[in-house]
Amino acid sequence: MTEVRERIDSIVGKSDIVLFMKGTALFPQCGFSQRAVAILDHLGVKFETVDVLQDGEIRQGIKDYSDWPTVPQLYVKGEFLGGSDIMMEMFEAGELQQLLEEKQVAKA
Amino acid sequence: MAMAADHIETLIRAAIPDARVEIVDLAGDGDHYEARVVAESFRGQARVRQHQRVYEALGGRMGTELHALKLSTGVPD
Repeated sequence: MTEVRERIDSIVGKSDIVLFMKGTALFPQCGFSQRAVAILDHLGVKFETVDVLQDGEIRQGIKDYSDWPTVPQLYVKGEFLGGSDIMMEMFEAGELQQLLEEKQVAKA
Repeated sequence: MAMAADHIETLIRAAIPDARVEIVDLAGDGDHYEARVVAESFRGQARVRQHQRVYEALGGRMGTELHALKLSTGVPD
């Protein structure tokens, strides 16, 4: 369990924005993951994705890591922000754009 | 596995008694829902915490019995 946590720590520490999702950015395997990718694409920020379907350990581990039951999950500068519903709510309110600017994340 | 809309509402209201809950069965299949949960006790809590409280109310069913729940939360106007 600790090992998974360390792997996830290292993944979310390596890039400004990391999206844990089902499938890849080009071929999302779930509507919620697709929506999350679409928001990040639209914002024009650089992001890494991790396909949980390719890694059973991460697939379970990420849920324990954030105490969050579903995928996708968005991490900005190592901090868990939420799933696709929160991303959409924040995006519609202009809060996501503001937060990413404040955190000075890399552009695509 | 599917879950009835009123069951979801009961679970949420049991854990968050001041919640106003609206549930829409998006696909009519008992498996894809949209829920809007508004509660005074959400005031001052971060969005991620508000959603976490709803997931806690569903007691581990989220992601298993209940695959797709599009969730939005808020405080009363």
